[in-house]
Amino acid sequence: MANALGLERAEYRGAPSTLCPGCGHDSISNQIISAAYDLSLPMHRVAKFSGIGCSSKTPAYFLGRSHGFNAVHGRMPSVVTGAVTANRDLIALAVSGDGDTGSIGLGQFKHIIRRNVPMVYIIENNGVYGLTKGQFSATADEGQQLKYYGKNELPPIDLCMEAIIGGATFVARSFSGDAKQVQTLLKAAISHKGTAVLDIISPCVTFNNAETSTKSYSYGKANEIPLHEIEFIAGGYVPEREEITIGDYAEGETIAVEMHDGSVIRLKKLGKDHDPRNRLAALSLLEEAQMDQIFLTGLIYYEEPRMTLAETLNLTDTPLTQLPEHKLRPSRETLDELMQRFM
Amino acid sequence: MCAVTIHSETLTEPKSSGYEPGVNDFAMMVATKNGSGSQTSNEVLIRSLFRMGIPVSGKNLFPSNIKGLPTWYTIRASKDGYIARRATTEVAITFNQDTAAEDVQNLPPGGICILPQEWKWTHSRDDIIYYEVPVKPIIAESNIPKDFQDRIGNMVYVGAVAYLFDIPLDIIEQALLDTFNGKQKPAAMNFGVVQRAYDWSRENLEKKHSLRFEKMDGTKGKLLMTGNEAAALGSLFGGLTVAAWYPITPSTSLIDAVMEHKGIRKDPDTGQDTVAIIQAEDELAAMGMIVGAGWAGARAMTATSGPGISLMAEFAGLAYFAEIPCVIWDVTRIGPSTGLPTRTGQCDLLFLHFLSHGDTRQVVIIPANVAECFEFGWRAFDIAERLQTPVFVMSDLDLGMNLWLSDPYTYPDTPMDRGKTLDKEKLEQFFAERGEWYRYRDYDGDGIPYRTVPGTDHPRAAYFTRGTGHDDRAVYSERSEDWVKNMDRLRRKLENARSFLPQPIIDYDPNKKIGIISYGSNDPAIAEARDRLAAAGIETNYLRIRALPLAHEVHDFVMNHDRVYVVENNFDGQMHQILRMELPQDTTHMISLALGDTLPMTARWIHTQILRQEQE
Ligand SMILES: Cc1ncc(C[n+]2csc(CCOP(=O)(O)OP(=O)(O)O)c2C)c(N)n1
Ligand code: SF4
Ligand SMILES: [Mg+2]
Repeated sequence: MANALGLERAEYRGAPSTLCPGCGHDSISNQIISAAYDLSLPMHRVAKFSGIGCSSKTPAYFLGRSHGFNAVHGRMPSVVTGAVTANRDLIALAVSGDGDTGSIGLGQFKHIIRRNVPMVYIIENNGVYGLTKGQFSATADEGQQLKYYGKNELPPIDLCMEAIIGGATFVARSFSGDAKQVQTLLKAAISHKGTAVLDIISPCVTFNNAETSTKSYSYGKANEIPLHEIEFIAGGYVPEREEITIGDYAEGETIAVEMHDGSVIRLKKLGKDHDPRNRLAALSLLEEAQMDQIFLTGLIYYEEPRMTLAETLNLTDTPLTQLPEHKLRPSRETLDELMQRFM
Repeated sequence: MCAVTIHSETLTEPKSSGYEPGVNDFAMMVATKNGSGSQTSNEVLIRSLFRMGIPVSGKNLFPSNIKGLPTWYTIRASKDGYIARRATTEVAITFNQDTAAEDVQNLPPGGICILPQEWKWTHSRDDIIYYEVPVKPIIAESNIPKDFQDRIGNMVYVGAVAYLFDIPLDIIEQALLDTFNGKQKPAAMNFGVVQRAYDWSRENLEKKHSLRFEKMDGTKGKLLMTGNEAAALGSLFGGLTVAAWYPITPSTSLIDAVMEHKGIRKDPDTGQDTVAIIQAEDELAAMGMIVGAGWAGARAMTATSGPGISLMAEFAGLAYFAEIPCVIWDVTRIGPSTGLPTRTGQCDLLFLHFLSHGDTRQVVIIPANVAECFEFGWRAFDIAERLQTPVFVMSDLDLGMNLWLSDPYTYPDTPMDRGKTLDKEKLEQFFAERGEWYRYRDYDGDGIPYRTVPGTDHPRAAYFTRGTGHDDRAVYSERSEDWVKNMDRLRRKLENARSFLPQPIIDYDPNKKIGIISYGSNDPAIAEARDRLAAAGIETNYLRIRALPLAHEVHDFVMNHDRVYVVENNFDGQMHQILRMELPQDTTHMISLALGDTLPMTARWIHTQILRQEQE
């Protein structure tokens, strides 16, 4: 079935994956394809980015008609910052790993959030370095055992907490095995105007799939506790669509979060009574979850986006890359006048 | 004769200045404390001489410190237009008690020392002239608000110098306005002190010297500017759209100037900015940002110095290999690590040319003067986009931060060269003509492929950019044939660049058998040294390199001389090494004159070195 742009789902695919069969990262690529297809994303406006790692290879495996940039280890955020500043019309979709973001790239992760560069920042979190064959990453569980590297004695970094503390306006956690939730969160993140962080637990079937690891399939399947039942009602990308009806969200246990482009995320309360618009509540929720080793998923934090970097810099609405030469080179007279001041 | 690198044994110059000073032809050294406001006073003196039409140059020797450590500023007036640094000066204005004893010792016989009267200094030398001025009393009488008194004391020597060496007061007044960007109030307050010091000097000092300034016609149509400011302007005229940076001396003032002047690039229709300036979290991120921006189609630039270049190394290799245009200004300082952050040198040459792991050969262009900083400011973008590669512009602290006399800038004489970039229409045409388009295929045989940028509304515009091995379709490949083919093409691209990059400036006469090769801001010292050598009967030719990889003419120049001196301001003779590496022939007649003493080069050093070699 074709979407609003007349494209089939298959046209949103990329090159065939070369990851290990069963790798969580491939499931996420699949959900990216579905989300982009469902939202009728114009692929030429999408730019894909990544750092280095198994996870960072994946942009080659989805949205083959979008430009992609597999950058250097941990430094994808700076490349996105430059590209999106150059062309503010781009829809930036980025994939990173827990090593790529939580260790070598922690600084850039924090700073892109601080600048609020509009992008979807996906961390495919498996608690190990997959590509370099199974070293502990900084998100590995304390006390966890790995075949070659023994026991991890250090506490994990919670990347959602880091994101919230850093000033992110959209922070969610999910599990690669939960196709529906991943897809829904992805759609909401794409519609968000600001840095949207998605920390997706994505088991590495080769190096970290022991039952005891909170990043394994079995653990994820058995212990995932969604905060809400999530529903996403698209708004923005295909204007000719019918007007969105938000439905009845005033009911006691449902929160509706409206995005800048008119999209709405409806969150139906499940176990915890969590309002994602409360920053402190989001942090305590994560703190409690970590203490109890509970694996909570869903939209953890959301706020009305701050100014984006392009807005802070007061850049032209026309992307800088599309300005004509006469707007890029001042006149001969301007040069003469300037030189007079130095004569 | 063999290729030698000559170092510090000949560094210290004899106390006699070696110059015959005269009207409009002498140098002054101002010794003060950092942060005492002397920068303003010195600038006023330089601007005054400039306004009098006297060719002038200023060299600031400042410490890596905000307040308190000694700083020396040399002002050289030269009726013949020599603007290189001089190591010795005829006049010493010793306003820093911590260094005064040494400063006085360094004067040549017959030299002049100006110092505060209230020090009650014993006159240690009887072969120099002392003038003492009452600094504190003059300030006290000047009705200066308390907060400013500390920083205005140095205006006293401006007044004394004006009287002693005949700088008209109306010119000083004007220069003060120039220095304060036209702001009347501070200019008037400072001028009050200058006037009082001038009057006191006229009434109390008896002139015992003959050196003086007089108006001449040597600066008409010229500019007085720093290289960093010129580079900033050049970049703005070159269509800079994304600048990302991290503060580091001596490059900071380049980005400061972009910020100051970016108003000339406001979109007249909307009042919005067409230049993004992002202060990154470090140089690594700054480089990542310009790589991302260049990839997306922006004219992107960063400015840094050696330590920042180190952090940019990984991205530099990626950009080279993935063929992404961007411009990196390296305003060099000296030494590994922090080294001497406020001293100059040309120590990054080899590092820049080979920056990054793997086989990389980066393009480096090297301006020698302020006008070239402007020109390379815009041209670097054309080169980067034409060659689809990072372009490093190597300036240095001396060129970047000191005030230089300059010819006016030439407005860019060609439209912007956006290189082989295919927009939607061009891509359609490309497909129509060739039936295909692959990102890294060499369609023209010049090694330069065609690129598209994200956002191009065409279903086949996209490609995947990566640092990993790829074939000419931009598809991941581990095949060694693909690797070699790609490296071959990159080499071809760089080989062609030799005749495309800024060509060397050559002064050549086939009858002369001695050649000098140099680059960058050594240029004025070389011009002066050549005149001195010619006066001593040694005629020289001169080639100034402006880009790496080297132009073909450099080769011919080396081969056409009996002896070639490669003059440069780093310790290892880095250009000499590149020349030896690139020239297949025997180059034992090529002699390395490598200085690297942390200071701008003097004519005297070059002249002495060559003379000594030639006499051997
Ligand atoms: C500067 C640098 N250091 C080290 C590496 C080697 N390296 C490649 S991927 C990787 C870790 C990737 O881990 P993660 O981001 O968690 O991705 P995963 O493979 O687990 O998906 C490392 C250390 C590199 N490519 N670059
Ligand atoms: S090593 Fe792990 S992370 Fe990498 S592809 Fe295999 S399963 Fe996925
Ligand atoms: Mg990992």
